[in-house]
Amino acid sequence: MSENTLHYHFVVSGDDFTQAGTASSAVKKTLKQLGFDPRIVRKMAISLYEGEINMVIHGGGGEIDVFIDAEQIAAVLTDHGPGIPDIDLAMQEGWSTASEQVRGLGFGAGMGLPNMKKYADELLIDSEVGKGTTVRLTVFLSGK
Amino acid sequence: MKTKELCDKLGWELAFGCGDNEISGGIYCGDLLSIVMSRAPVGCLWVTIMGNVNAMAVASLTECACVVLAEGVSMDDETRAGAEKGDITVLRTDMPIFEASLAAARALGLA
Repeated sequence: MSENTLHYHFVVSGDDFTQAGTASSAVKKTLKQLGFDPRIVRKMAISLYEGEINMVIHGGGGEIDVFIDAEQIAAVLTDHGPGIPDIDLAMQEGWSTASEQVRGLGFGAGMGLPNMKKYADELLIDSEVGKGTTVRLTVFLSGK
Repeated sequence: MKTKELCDKLGWELAFGCGDNEISGGIYCGDLLSIVMSRAPVGCLWVTIMGNVNAMAVASLTECACVVLAEGVSMDDETRAGAEKGDITVLRTDMPIFEASLAAARALGLA
């Protein structure tokens, strides 16, 4: 991380839906204050929110680190949840393992990971069953 | 048209917010938050029955002009706090989603 990189750290509680989205909202606010193009802000805010919600629903919470430099905004989301057994399957629109309770809140449409892929310029997922998942979302300021 | 003006025109309740936002993104209907996140246009009037705090977060992130809670759905304290945090205008109506959307579309000259 260079000295010209801004770093923000967030702790995400598991199963606390009242606080879900706190990190994404804070990042969105910061990016707006820093004067980023609204399209860039929206891309990062939506992809990060989906990742944050996934951490709450599936990962038992975790941590988010956001790095901003002159070329990109990157978010690294780390949880120690059950992991994703089949990432290709999880990436399919409509595929969801969310509980009925979670669906009742309006989540679990099976659009989380597809939305992250759609809005981030780069999505990297590293997951191990029983260990957890690390997701890296990047939005390039040049539009890639 | 500003959300407050639409609210007055249709006799809906301004449940939260100032209603100063301009409706510039048409009308969007939906209850599944990830789908709304993905497809709701900036500046839209979002009609839904999902009156929870997470819907307020989605409204903030998608930058819709306002949320319309249809079917007489009400806001609890948590949702109200979420609306305040996200600076969201929320309207309420007893109309079903389709009827509310149609009425709004006519008032906005979209139908």
